Amino acid sequence: MDNQTIQNVGRRNFLKATGLTGGAFILGATLPMGCSVEETGAAQHEINFFVSIAKDGQVTIVNHRSEMGQGIKTSVPQIIADELEADWDLVSVIQAKGDAKYGPQSTGGSASIRTYFTYIRQMGATARDMLEQAAANIWKVDKSQVKAQGHAVLNLANGQTIGYGDLAIHAANLPVPEKDSVKLKDIKDFNLIGKDVKLVDLDTMVAGKMQYAHDIQLPDMLIASIERPPVVGGKVKSFDATEAKKVKGVVDVIRLKDRGLPSNLLPLSGVAVLATNTWAALQGRKKLKIEWDHGTLIDEGSNDYQQKLKEKVNTKGITVRNEGDIDNHQYNPDKTVEATYSVPYIHHASMETPAATAHVKGDTCTVWTGTQSPQRVQSQAAEEIGLSKEEVHKVEVNQTTMGGAFGRKSKGDFAIEAVELSKATGKPVKVVWSREDDVKHGFYHSVSANYFKAELTDNGSADNWVMRNAYPPISWLWNLEAEFPSDGALSLGYADIPFEIKNLNIEKHKVKSYVRPGWVRSVACINNGFALGSFVDELAVKAGISTHQMWLNLLGSDRMVDPSGPNFKYSNYGLDLKDHPIDTKRIKSLMNLLAEKAPINEETAEGEGWGISFLRSFGSFVAAATKARVVDNKVTILEMHTAVDCGIGVSPDRIKAQMEGAIVYSLSIALMGEITTKDGIVEQGNFHDYPVLRINQTPKMFVHLVESDAPPGGIGEPGVPPVIPSITNAIYHASGIRIRDLPVSKVLSV
Amino acid sequence: MIRLTINNKPVELDVEPDMPLLYALRDELQLTGTKFGCGSGLCGACTVHMDGQPIRSCVMPVSAVADKAITTIEGLSENADHHIQNAWREFKVPQCGYCQNGQMMSAAALIASNNNPSDEDIDSSMQGNICRCGTYQRIRQAIKTAAKNLREEV
Repeated sequence: MDNQTIQNVGRRNFLKATGLTGGAFILGATLPMGCSVEETGAAQHEINFFVSIAKDGQVTIVNHRSEMGQGIKTSVPQIIADELEADWDLVSVIQAKGDAKYGPQSTGGSASIRTYFTYIRQMGATARDMLEQAAANIWKVDKSQVKAQGHAVLNLANGQTIGYGDLAIHAANLPVPEKDSVKLKDIKDFNLIGKDVKLVDLDTMVAGKMQYAHDIQLPDMLIASIERPPVVGGKVKSFDATEAKKVKGVVDVIRLKDRGLPSNLLPLSGVAVLATNTWAALQGRKKLKIEWDHGTLIDEGSNDYQQKLKEKVNTKGITVRNEGDIDNHQYNPDKTVEATYSVPYIHHASMETPAATAHVKGDTCTVWTGTQSPQRVQSQAAEEIGLSKEEVHKVEVNQTTMGGAFGRKSKGDFAIEAVELSKATGKPVKVVWSREDDVKHGFYHSVSANYFKAELTDNGSADNWVMRNAYPPISWLWNLEAEFPSDGALSLGYADIPFEIKNLNIEKHKVKSYVRPGWVRSVACINNGFALGSFVDELAVKAGISTHQMWLNLLGSDRMVDPSGPNFKYSNYGLDLKDHPIDTKRIKSLMNLLAEKAPINEETAEGEGWGISFLRSFGSFVAAATKARVVDNKVTILEMHTAVDCGIGVSPDRIKAQMEGAIVYSLSIALMGEITTKDGIVEQGNFHDYPVLRINQTPKMFVHLVESDAPPGGIGEPGVPPVIPSITNAIYHASGIRIRDLPVSKVLSV
Repeated sequence: MIRLTINNKPVELDVEPDMPLLYALRDELQLTGTKFGCGSGLCGACTVHMDGQPIRSCVMPVSAVADKAITTIEGLSENADHHIQNAWREFKVPQCGYCQNGQMMSAAALIASNNNPSDEDIDSSMQGNICRCGTYQRIRQAIKTAAKNLREEV
């Protein structure tokens, strides 16, 4: 709470403090709950950075995390409102700008609630505490004699109440209580957390009025479309803009600066066509003549590259985690399963392509964009216009809701492009990415290979377990020497396997990188989860038992697993293992719930089969089941289930929505998504050659949510990793066709 | 100058005749509810109605919509209370919301021509609209409920 200030601000200052000045008329001054600033009428009193209360009792809560469809713009205010004892019908929500005063805003890793739950609760609890103190002062009683409830403070001695509207000005003038003196509510007293409240932007969205980065419009704005180097690290050798400039509406053609390698999260170079409308910019760009210097990152093609990764993981790597002695073991071929799995480059393909508007004026800059990392955009924009670290406040980053992100918009390269072009032209510039720009110049989930070998034991489990993986590490973005995944990356469903195995060797391999890697929804849990879930299924088939039983056998006794060792420090997604343990009992219980809810162990019709899998990731436990039919080499997905134990669930319907979305996202990855490269150039460009799941390919789906009062886990990503192998396992049990290389569409019609 | 009707209002557009309707709506008329998704008629985010039929505005030059009646999401209903919009709220369909304007325009056209669509009808009419958040199951449910409410109204 060190970053709080207490001030009594009038409406004008309130607007300034909460990001509704300046761009307000562009972004629309309508507050999301259908109540405009003008209508609230009364002065707003800022209790802390997150909570302001008007005289009429209307509470305004700031959501400081980035909304990309996961519902955080409801969930964060819902947590604050619960601790505040506020009436949800009297709450309006506004989106924070990028500003360090709110604490970390980078929204990724499914972290908003799992990492900041207590912090967010404290924001509400502090405001509640101050309202209680204000009421106690008025009644001249000790604070212990009053209690906040129902948007008012109650005098316990005489039953009198004072509403929040009347207390606001008094509370705003009080000193901030010490952090430790503020009591959080008892979990059993939550009255909003765990309930489905009205979603903050639902009405705006359904009215078609939600505004995204693409929708920003400013007077005299130029719209820019950029031709970028086909190969990462490439640059413009020469270009001719004569014809481009003849297109009606084209105002300027500007070469972007070469930034070299490592690529960081900054723009590639290229040539920008700036015009008064989008169509003119696109037409002008088509007429550019550019000669490229492709640079040094011309690869052998992703197919050959992937083949090399697969060969590599079939050789001994560097040990990450070792238990027992595996090196001298003689494997019995009749009881041994050995398999190599691969996943191609995968692209986010959010429906809204990247877009950003910037206006540089002198040594200040205003940005409007949808970013998962508004503070990074702020600091990179500051650097771009030559400001020092102490001057970042001269950059204002206005955050729009994102039309999907899935990790792509953790990188603010598109915003910095807008800043660079606004600085060059002196005008507000909106950079819009076409779908081809998005697909060809992404930050891809890395192409990967995972190897497994293990021997069945007499008790239906497995031992002498070897795992190896190889894929370009994300840290290469900053360090061209990076050749191995970090321990944090190896903690993603890989070296943290929770099985009771006596002899275990987990290894990593070094690789060379070409295209930009990036975080895609669930990151390396995609390939690690797919490989693990597939391998357990293969072991079960070899052992002649159900996959469900094989999971239970491998998990073994009830215990808390700590996978750290001399060569590996388990990161646990940044969570404390004491609060968020790898609890095998909890996993087994979830697998059993899945078996209870979905008829995974029952007989199926000819050509049909069930597949299951599990992965604990981002602090949550998710098990998945898929029923597939395979007839004449054509796959139909019939029914899917996920069972999720995420501890305390703040917004149950949004958890279900994220699980449904993860099913659809995973179906795309498993069945059809593949980015390939040739000579370092991405070959796909739009939804015809990078297909994603459509409604006619979508099965009926069920989400089973475990009620729990354990500390909350993440939700945006954990639904993905177990679903992918459940699909390929279902295909195996329907057809006998084992898919070890994604996507399924390589061998079967989908 | 191209004349047409947009959301029941006469409009004159002074733009290049090959400009797709999408950019005329968004850049010239500030009707930004119609979204860019692919620019190639592959994803449905830009769906509007032309004389009641769903079209992809990103591949429809304005010269081809002269004298036509265009309806965008802004003109689907007076108070966001079309049966489709009501059902979209009931099932909390949107996640990020970006594709939903196009989804709702396709769905509204579907129930206008078929007020009792089967799963197959829905799949067939809606497969041109991509949702990356994965709201398809709720879209199916919402369309069925909207169609039911429409039938009961008739």
